[in-house]
Amino acid sequence: MLIDAVFFYAFALLTLGGAILTITRRNAVHSAISLIVSLLGVAGLYLLQHAEFLFAVQIVLYVGGIMVLFLFVIMLVNLDQMARERQFNRGWMVGLAAVVAVGVEIGYFFYRGQDSFKLPEVAPPPVSLGNTEVLADVLFGQYLLPFEIASILLLVAVVGSVVMAKKRI
Amino acid sequence: MHPITEVHYLALSAALLLIGTIGVLTRRNIVIILMSIELILNAVNINLVAFSHHWGQTNGQIFAIFVIVDAVAEAAVGLGILIALFRNKETVLADEIDLLKW
Repeated sequence: MLIDAVFFYAFALLTLGGAILTITRRNAVHSAISLIVSLLGVAGLYLLQHAEFLFAVQIVLYVGGIMVLFLFVIMLVNLDQMARERQFNRGWMVGLAAVVAVGVEIGYFFYRGQDSFKLPEVAPPPVSLGNTEVLADVLFGQYLLPFEIASILLLVAVVGSVVMAKKRI
Repeated sequence: MHPITEVHYLALSAALLLIGTIGVLTRRNIVIILMSIELILNAVNINLVAFSHHWGQTNGQIFAIFVIVDAVAEAAVGLGILIALFRNKETVLADEIDLLKW
């Protein structure tokens, strides 16, 4: 159990440290690299919770797909003179105060609701199949309609982003 | 040392959500605002997977997959809008795009 705790805190440090660097760096490329570190930390947390398929998806899709897309766009739009400008907008203090207020509220809920976090222990189901097989069974059985709707959403997003980014259709 | 329970994951997820919200509310650069939205969606996923693990069911992980699909669609369309915006206005700073502001 100790090794679990060590890994949890390591991945949590990776996640939160990367996230804080992401929102504070001046250079957008540095932000993107920090976001990759943060996403890898989240992937490690998935692995700790025996969600192996999501671990693979997180690395292949987020780190390999979305972040490459982000880096391409950062190179397309010229961010050099943007890096020299003010990085935070004029109302940043209001935004920060609002977030801190919400954070205090969430912390208070955690403190007052300690007892309700004692969830009943559930016996883990007998492990006969791997994580990916189980997910596929549920995804293509019970959740088939949402799956198809998600594919239509992706099609719309592909067409929409081409229409947006192309100069003349 | 306490064993790692769901509460740890919930606290981590709340912290990540708050960091992402700070990024969305305070940064001027639209690219970094989009990255902060990715952080927020990841915080939600941590929550879903934690409860899925505790109850021994896969529904939470399925939901996390759908959240990832939405994040991909949002990033693609958002970056497309950003490129169109940069072509027309030569800026990626959120508070300089104030055409609809009274």
